[in-house]
Amino acid sequence: MARVVVNVALKPEILDPQGRAVQGALGRLGLSGVINVRQGKQFTIDLDGELEGDRADLLEKLAGELLSNPVIEDFALTVEN
Amino acid sequence: MSARIGVVTFPGSLDDADAARAIRISGGTAVALWHGDADLHSVDAVVLPGGFSYGDYLRCGAIAKFAPVMSLVIEKAQVGLPVLGICNGFQILCESHLLPGALTRNDHQYFICRDQKLRIESTDTAWTKDFALGQEIVIPLKNGEGGYVASEAVLDELFAENRVIATYQGGNPNGSYRNIAGISNKAGNVVGLMPHPEHAVEALTGPTTDGIPFFTSVLKSLVGAP
Repeated sequence: MARVVVNVALKPEILDPQGRAVQGALGRLGLSGVINVRQGKQFTIDLDGELEGDRADLLEKLAGELLSNPVIEDFALTVEN
Repeated sequence: MSARIGVVTFPGSLDDADAARAIRISGGTAVALWHGDADLHSVDAVVLPGGFSYGDYLRCGAIAKFAPVMSLVIEKAQVGLPVLGICNGFQILCESHLLPGALTRNDHQYFICRDQKLRIESTDTAWTKDFALGQEIVIPLKNGEGGYVASEAVLDELFAENRVIATYQGGNPNGSYRNIAGISNKAGNVVGLMPHPEHAVEALTGPTTDGIPFFTSVLKSLVGAP
C-alpha cells in the first residue's frame, strides 16, 4: 500500500482571512509573540500497491487541478510506499 | 420563438429558479439543464446560478467544473456560447479557467448580504450591452467567498482590455482587488459577476429592477448573431 500526503497552502501573496482570525484567537487565549498564521489543507490518500509510473503522474497532475487551485494555492506531495 | 437560455442546476444550487424567472421576465425561454446530463439541449446561452454547488467542498466551484454538463459548457464557451456565472457560477467559471483569477474568503470573514451599488464599466460584452457605460445600479449581494483575487499583471490586463464589467461602489464589501465585482473573457461572451442580478427583476421581490439588462443584453446579442 502507498500513502500519499498532499499539503495545500495559499500562496504567500494571497490574503488568508482564516489564518488571521486564528492568529487573533491565539493572542486572545494568551499565546504571546504570534507573528503569523497561515491555514492550509491536508489530504491523506491511501492506494493499493505501489505508486509509480502513469498513476504517479496522474496523481501529481490532479493535485494541481483538483486538490489545489494553482491561481491561489501551492501544493506539496509526499509518497510513503 | 424567443432565445433559449439554459440554467444549470448542480447539487446545492440555490438560485436556479430565480435565474429562470429572470430570463422569462426579460423575454427569453428558460431551459433547465442538469449537472449530470452532458447535453445542452440546443440552448443559445447558459447561466450558471448562485448557491453552494457540491456543498462548496474542496473549494467553491472546484467540483462543479468536472460535472458532465460543464465539459460541454466549457467547450462551447471557448467558441462563443454566451455564459453568465453569478456568484457560485462566477467561482465555477474561474475554477474552469474560462475566466482568470479566483474568488477567496471575504477579507472580513463574515458572510455579507445587502443591496449593493455597482458601476457598469464595460458594455462590450454579451451580458452588459443593454446598459449605459458608467451606469450605476443596485442589486443584491450575498457571499462568503466573494473576494476577487488575481496577480497584478492579470488585474492590469483586465482593465487594459476593458474586461472589468462592474465595480463595487460605496465601499468594498468583500476585499475584492481593485473593487472588481465582475469580469469577462477576451471575447466578451463569458461573464462572471459576484452580485445577483436575478434577484432584481421585479419591484415586488427585489430592491430594483436593475438586474434585467443583463438578461435583455444576451437576448439582443443572440438576435444580432449571424
